[in-house]
Amino acid sequence: MASRTALKQLAARRTLAAWVPSRTAGFSTATKALNQYQQQPASNPSTATTQNANQGETHFGFKNVPENMKETLVKQVFANVASNYDLMNDAMSGGVHRLWKDHFIRTLAPTPGTKLLDVAGGTGDIAMRFLDYCRETHGDSSAQVTLLDINPHMLEVGKERFTQTQYHNTSQVSFMEGNAEDLKDIADNSMDAYTIAFGIRNVTHIDRALKEAYRVLKPGGRFMCLEFSRVENPVISKVYDVFSFDVIPVIGQVVANDRDSYQYLVESIRRFPPQKDFARMIKEAGFTVMGQGYEDLTFGVAAIHSGFKL
Amino acid sequence: MLSRTLAQSSTKPLFLAPRMTQCATLFSFRSPLQPPTERLYEGHVPISPFQRTLLAVGSAFAALHNPHRGDMIAALGESTGGIFLRRIRDQMLKDPEGRRILRERPKITSESMQLDKLRQLPDGIFGREYVRFLDDQQVSPDTREPVHFVDDEELAYVMQRYRETHDFYHTLTGLPVTVDAEIGLKWFEMVQTGLPMTVLSSFFGPLRLSSQERERLFNIYVPWALENGSNAKSLMSVRWEDWMERSVEEVQRELCVKPCPQV
Repeated sequence: MASRTALKQLAARRTLAAWVPSRTAGFSTATKALNQYQQQPASNPSTATTQNANQGETHFGFKNVPENMKETLVKQVFANVASNYDLMNDAMSGGVHRLWKDHFIRTLAPTPGTKLLDVAGGTGDIAMRFLDYCRETHGDSSAQVTLLDINPHMLEVGKERFTQTQYHNTSQVSFMEGNAEDLKDIADNSMDAYTIAFGIRNVTHIDRALKEAYRVLKPGGRFMCLEFSRVENPVISKVYDVFSFDVIPVIGQVVANDRDSYQYLVESIRRFPPQKDFARMIKEAGFTVMGQGYEDLTFGVAAIHSGFKL
Repeated sequence: MLSRTLAQSSTKPLFLAPRMTQCATLFSFRSPLQPPTERLYEGHVPISPFQRTLLAVGSAFAALHNPHRGDMIAALGESTGGIFLRRIRDQMLKDPEGRRILRERPKITSESMQLDKLRQLPDGIFGREYVRFLDDQQVSPDTREPVHFVDDEELAYVMQRYRETHDFYHTLTGLPVTVDAEIGLKWFEMVQTGLPMTVLSSFFGPLRLSSQERERLFNIYVPWALENGSNAKSLMSVRWEDWMERSVEEVQRELCVKPCPQV
């Protein structure tokens, strides 16, 4: 009883920050629409086939959804998780994601004056590490990063985090809302490096995102992607599965009161192409890859894919 | 209970009954990493025993850390419900009113309770006092968290009923909604239902109280709760919807509950 009245007061306070949608309500209206769509084909197969012919289907975690719905659903997932995103990353990976991101930037090894486009940059982990690397390794303050994300809530959290750093209000960091599949505000051949960390698996058409990456990079520019990938080792794979499907949704529920979003996150990891297939997709977009084109991290839990535009 | 489930399973050949009754699963080995059933009702999230343990521990700590997390208290109750919900259901089956509840499965929402009609009743009538309680606290019966983690459809209803009737307990006993009175009510529910969640709340809840509240709790509320919890009839079998138009004293007399001494 006391909990419900307190929750009401809490809800009243939260309406002041009206731009934040009610977390669980946002996701459950999306899942209701999803359930309605999924019940349709059973009752009316003829309209279903014409529907599927018009709008392709894609995957959303382990479910199948119409392509035009996926973007909205993913947007809602990230609107829900934005405020707790960094805390949940630490809780789910035991802090290991920080090591991955540090290694990612060291592999990129940016030189002074690099212009980076950080797509799906969200809360700014990669952008911040990039600027810190340039400053610490080269004493450089002319490096620039454009932080781009499709979700305004994640961008807000990123802007908030940057106000605590020395890059706040400098020309070194700029924020942009945009879609990785269509970077219409970014000119051709304008970026030295393009990074996308834990973002590309949420994109509906990965090939379009890769083509856009190719377009905006200067000749000689580098594409780098950090993403969850396939674990080959069968023992570790089993442990990883148990951890993903039993532990992570519980952490999501206990810490963030949002089981569904984290269920989507672990399912979307399983649906992403394995390392070799993704390296092939990068080559098909026109990039030149060195060797295999990827490096496994933590037995393949994550992988860094890289390609050059030559 | 054993005879009832055996009677159920004897009506179909064992090899054709893919979903064994709860009793049978105790005798067959299942990996603790596999969820035991498919989705049985709307909102059901089948979880493996391993995940259930994690959820129980995690929600216990979360609820202790932040008692306003109603969803965590709900999750704790559901993940630890187990055989205790079965015991409550079997107790309900022994009572004719309880059997009626299990058959009809009434839901308590603002429409089904007809709150506007209850507001017209004179003071001192159970329905009127119930609506007054809801209005004072500015809550409605629609804001209860639905059941997710109970692996049986009927037991999920029992859990839902337990949650929905909580407000009636306040009206019946006269307990306010301060934290110490809520814990006092948990002691009452512990004697009545024996659910592990009530046991945990009763013993760990007071850790968060001030010494004044603790004194009140253990001097007034707990002795009252122990006495009246055991004297009262099994309140899970009470069809509250039928008692709305009786006076509060009459209801208390019929159910053998003395009102809680006011602080």
